[in-house]
Amino acid sequence: MTEATLNMAAAAPQTHKPAAGGREEFAHDITGTVGKPFLDGKDTKFFSRGVNVFYTGNKQAIFDVNVDIGRNEVIAMIGPSGCGKSTFLRCLNRMNDTIAGCRVTGDIRLDGEDIHGKEQDPVLLRARVGMVFQKPNPFPKSIYDNVAYGPRLHGLAANRAELDEIVESSLTKAGLFKEVKDRLQTPGTGLSGGQQQRLCIARTIAVSPEVILMDEPTSALDPIATATIEELIDELRQSFTICIVTHSMQQAARISQRTAYFHMGKLVEVNNTKTVFTNPQHQLTENYITGRFG
Amino acid sequence: MNTLGILLTLSVLAAFSYYIGRKRSLALATPAKRGGNNLHSLPGYYGYLVAIWCGIPALIILLLWSVLSDSIITQMTLAHLPTELQNQSGDQVSLISNQIRNLVANGIETATDPAMKVAAEEYSRLQGISNMAKTVVVLVLAIIGFAIGMRFIKPTTRARNQVEHVIQYVMILCAAVAILTTVGIITSVLFESIRFFGQVPATDFLFGTHWSPQTAIRADQVGGSGSFGAIPLFVGTLLISAIALLIAVPLGLMSAIYLSEYASPFVRAYVKPALEILAGIPTVVYGFFAALTVAPFIRDVGAMIGLNVASESALAAGVVMGVMIIPFMSSLSDDVINAVPQAMRDGSYGMGATKSETIKQVVLPAALPGIVGAFLLAASRAIGETMIVVMAAGLSANLTVNPLEAVTTVTVQIVTLLTGDQEFDSAKTLAAFALGLALFVVTLILNILALQIVRKYREQYE
Repeated sequence: MTEATLNMAAAAPQTHKPAAGGREEFAHDITGTVGKPFLDGKDTKFFSRGVNVFYTGNKQAIFDVNVDIGRNEVIAMIGPSGCGKSTFLRCLNRMNDTIAGCRVTGDIRLDGEDIHGKEQDPVLLRARVGMVFQKPNPFPKSIYDNVAYGPRLHGLAANRAELDEIVESSLTKAGLFKEVKDRLQTPGTGLSGGQQQRLCIARTIAVSPEVILMDEPTSALDPIATATIEELIDELRQSFTICIVTHSMQQAARISQRTAYFHMGKLVEVNNTKTVFTNPQHQLTENYITGRFG
Repeated sequence: MNTLGILLTLSVLAAFSYYIGRKRSLALATPAKRGGNNLHSLPGYYGYLVAIWCGIPALIILLLWSVLSDSIITQMTLAHLPTELQNQSGDQVSLISNQIRNLVANGIETATDPAMKVAAEEYSRLQGISNMAKTVVVLVLAIIGFAIGMRFIKPTTRARNQVEHVIQYVMILCAAVAILTTVGIITSVLFESIRFFGQVPATDFLFGTHWSPQTAIRADQVGGSGSFGAIPLFVGTLLISAIALLIAVPLGLMSAIYLSEYASPFVRAYVKPALEILAGIPTVVYGFFAALTVAPFIRDVGAMIGLNVASESALAAGVVMGVMIIPFMSSLSDDVINAVPQAMRDGSYGMGATKSETIKQVVLPAALPGIVGAFLLAASRAIGETMIVVMAAGLSANLTVNPLEAVTTVTVQIVTLLTGDQEFDSAKTLAAFALGLALFVVTLILNILALQIVRKYREQYE
């Protein structure tokens, strides 16, 4: 990586001379991830090396992704449509297992524990690594039952009072409790889009996961609801590790500490968010964040 | 020319006027100037407009003439009859007019009564005039229509809007046919039922517990006085439907869950049509399967464990009927389960739920309204089913809830009441209409409930 970075830096001024390792040539050849994809062992929550995903017919969706995700950080994954960012996100809680014909190879560890290990149950993994989806998808149940769904499944509450407490604290953390406390028994589908998405976040928090994966959580919401969710994400960082896939570069810049740029199924660049947006090291990253494509 | 000939000529004329109308409008259209022409509509619409003018008024007159001419001719013939034949009761007059028509159809020479012969000749003559006049009037009308239609071919005519307007009326007419048929059936059943309730009090019918509809048709016959308590029939219907649903709902629902959630696309592609074949078997085939195979089998099994099972039992009929409605249940449930958005399942998996927890706690509750709709449709099918019960459950109206005994249902009794010699003013025959009305009301309520529930379900996800 370091070598590539140095090459990049050295080649940067010579834009008109496409030499070996120069910009034009480099743009079409993603050999490895530039930036700082790796962290110290003690800060690492998710460790992934050589991750490939294949769909039906041996169509490869992502190629050799190597990256570490830090504890209590918000990492944003950006890139053009179809670049594999969502697919990679879904590897982290083995949601790709539910897609027929999808195959994941490589080494992914959560706190040093292989998530593809024989003794690893994907169902329990998903309780540790929660997920919020692009479109708010509350269950057709009451608000209360939506939040209580996970705790009930995993037997987290011994009695009704404990369950009430979990529901209340989850809704409070998701910033929704004040708005819905008088109508907990009304259907969750009756809330507005932004409220529904916060309900889904509350639902995810209720099982006390360690990591929350968010797949474009605000793309179906208006700007005000988006702002509320973004503030929420910033607060949630205190207690959770958050990986967020987003189409909006402004959003990535506002809420994340680190940013990963994906292109054509490859992880091009990972770095501190500020560095990625002010001083991208890879030509593709620069093209994307300056709006030349994507 | 007979009516069929006129119809054929009319269609040829209409096709011809379409062709001419289109051609004329093309000739009128100025060559495209800067990408447009001066016609309001596409040339085809002018063609259709002319064809409509040519065909529709003529067709309406043809229909009216065909429907009304017969009674008018009959009236005119009867007016020429000798007075002693005219001054008779209504039944006698209609008998005479039927005789005249028969004479015309079979040859007037066969007539024995000279007055009738004269009348038949008169009828035949009038019919000839009427047919001739019909042909002339319809064809002239078609040609006049064509001429009027051609006058409308102008660039300013909004031909497309007018044609679409006519098509809209045609569609309303099609919808009206179905609705009017329903109304007709209901009124005919309703009036006969009212006649029945004139002879048998409605309370006796609805709350009586003894059903024995055999009444003496002729005075010299020895027969029961007839009692029309329909409770045994309703209980029998409910019993057999309940057994059928008890079989069909779990089997259908389970297979639907398997097909939509667990089966691979390959398995699904073959199993689903195979299941639906069950719905294609004629019910009479199910009937003899029930009577010849299932009923003896149940009786033998009963004998083995020391139960006395009638050779025609509610159980046999119910089980076979249950098998018959499995595809209703499975196919409709499969559709509604598939309609549950994948996002629901993802949400549940994302919380660490297993597949079975997801199905039980998210997918099925979300699909429940649709499943209830499927259940109600299957139930109304079970209640209306006749053939299996006729063959496998017997005709004896026992008031029992024991599935091992022979029972009978509403539909079976309607069949037995209306087969054989009938007299349409006896309570026995009219009882069939009252039963039909009761059945209709029940299935109507079930269908309305089912549709309401299905509609509510659709609102939730669209």
